[in-house]
Amino acid sequence: MAELRLMKGNEALAEAAIRTGVDGYFGYPITPQSEVIEYLMAEKPFERTGMIVLQAESEVASINMLYGGGGTGKKVMTSSSSPGISLMQEGLSYMAGAEIPCVVANIVRGGPGLGDIQPAQSDYFQAVKGGGHGDYHLPVLAPASVQEMSDFVPVAFDLAFKYRTPVLIISDGLIGQMMEKVELFEQMPRLTDEEINERYPWATNGKPAGEERRILTSLYLDPHKLEKNNFKLQEKYRNIEADEVNYELIDCDDAEYIIVAYGSSSRISQKTIKLARAEGIKVGLLRPITLWPFPKNPIDDLVKKGVKGFLSVEMSAGQMVEDVRLTVRERTKVEHFGRYGGVIHSPEEVLEALKTKIVGG
Amino acid sequence: MSEITIQDIIKPENLVYEKTKLMTDNALSYCPGCGHGTAHRLIMEVIEELGQENDTIGVAPVGCSVLAYEFMNVDMQEAAHGRAPAVATAIKRLWPGKVVYTYQGDGDLAAIGTAETIHACNRGENIVIIFINNGIYGMTGGQMAPTTLPGMKTSTSPYGRDVQSMGNPLKITELVSALPGTYYVTRQSVHTPAAVRKAKRAIKKAFQNQLDCKPGLSFVEIVSNCNSGWKMEPVQSNIWMEENMFPFYELGDIKVDGSLLAK
Repeated sequence: MAELRLMKGNEALAEAAIRTGVDGYFGYPITPQSEVIEYLMAEKPFERTGMIVLQAESEVASINMLYGGGGTGKKVMTSSSSPGISLMQEGLSYMAGAEIPCVVANIVRGGPGLGDIQPAQSDYFQAVKGGGHGDYHLPVLAPASVQEMSDFVPVAFDLAFKYRTPVLIISDGLIGQMMEKVELFEQMPRLTDEEINERYPWATNGKPAGEERRILTSLYLDPHKLEKNNFKLQEKYRNIEADEVNYELIDCDDAEYIIVAYGSSSRISQKTIKLARAEGIKVGLLRPITLWPFPKNPIDDLVKKGVKGFLSVEMSAGQMVEDVRLTVRERTKVEHFGRYGGVIHSPEEVLEALKTKIVGG
Repeated sequence: MSEITIQDIIKPENLVYEKTKLMTDNALSYCPGCGHGTAHRLIMEVIEELGQENDTIGVAPVGCSVLAYEFMNVDMQEAAHGRAPAVATAIKRLWPGKVVYTYQGDGDLAAIGTAETIHACNRGENIVIIFINNGIYGMTGGQMAPTTLPGMKTSTSPYGRDVQSMGNPLKITELVSALPGTYYVTRQSVHTPAAVRKAKRAIKKAFQNQLDCKPGLSFVEIVSNCNSGWKMEPVQSNIWMEENMFPFYELGDIKVDGSLLAK
């Protein structure tokens, strides 16, 4: 019997962490996502599953706690919002280099700088292009509902351990704060120490008797060895691009125009599509669920089908639109529309932009 | 009388010293005369003597000892600069039955990683921190460290550390000893055989505290030399250390069994 609850997105994420069998959550409060650690502290997950929760001294410490814990094969997680995620970029780069799994949720707020605490999607570049120093990518999942804030947690951990990489869940203050009905999945067991040792021979949790010690590092002083490690990482990224793209198509079958939008913007754009179709404008929605790997093939298919234009709708000054353009390669029109700095566009504003920039433009 | 050959001498009954198997055979990357190698060996001897080689996770820093994992034959993680105490915190909390330690230099522990050091100590994490203080950034080529003495010349204080403009050397070991989360805080050196024996006892006590789940963190500073960074010959650097470092960084226990010792 499924358990239904009315929850905030942040609370659903926290409850899903417990139910996924996460071993440790390490976090630092920041608006608009502090409910994650508040919920976890109040819920006493140690009594429910043995999961530990620790409030760190900073986001820098949190992400390095994930480095340590993930490096021992444990399921570890943190969450933060934009400025805090910027502080974590060093740690994420090290974890990409040393191939340490973890899950990081970014409940994005307006920027740059201290910005504000309202919803935004302006951390797209940081999320999908690497974020820290060096050649790397992180898989990025973009929930569009409180339900997906819950559902994507186990999905993210599966990816993190399948590919030994940090995985980002990138949401925004709107989804984090709003309350919706959510169907919670059943409690999954935490792995035992023996299961961890069996599944993750790379994990540094005390070298097994008679075996070689394990080392986790991103340091390769010999450039040829570093290049070799990079080759290995790049091969992993090509595999992720080939196998892990996820997206949703809504009303695209007969569509002449396509809105590309993720997260909150995709919810708003669904209303725009209804408004547009009521006026006889055939619009569909392509919702990337993985922002990296980006759903290039479905966009390419839509171009080949003869779609007349794409509007990338984002709560940013235009970031994802660059990936849409890279995929469309000037075969048809691609424009951006979005409010930003914490301002949320209305469905009517999106419709107006669609008409002026794509349909009539 | 027949001549004695080397084979006649290599016998079990003549064995007086054996390298711990927890030191790898990799050639140390440290300069001849540097104290790092001795400090590494002492930690590994202690872990072997305590029978913890299969249950220990070490965390290496950024600095000269960035490659500590090449020499220490236990499971190791290489942390970002200054973050080892945060890394170790999570390992210990997720594996409370394992032995966890960090090995950090002065720039790593007392400059860029000050927050992680203070907060791991203040939370009383049940880990061991080994802190090598040689008053200089060795790996990057002899720049000023948070622990560089007043007037001491480095490549970024070429006319000597001017405390008015560059700040004072940080006695972080005294600082962490004042926190309720530290259980054992001591300052040692490894520049003479007697000092090495004392340092080993201190390191063993620190790890024993962790095994006994004593309430708090055990912190062992080792004041060491950097003959190349100080631009001295090894022997001269040890004399300089005795005459200049030790008066400022006094050797001995600072806090034992959770209690500060009276001066």
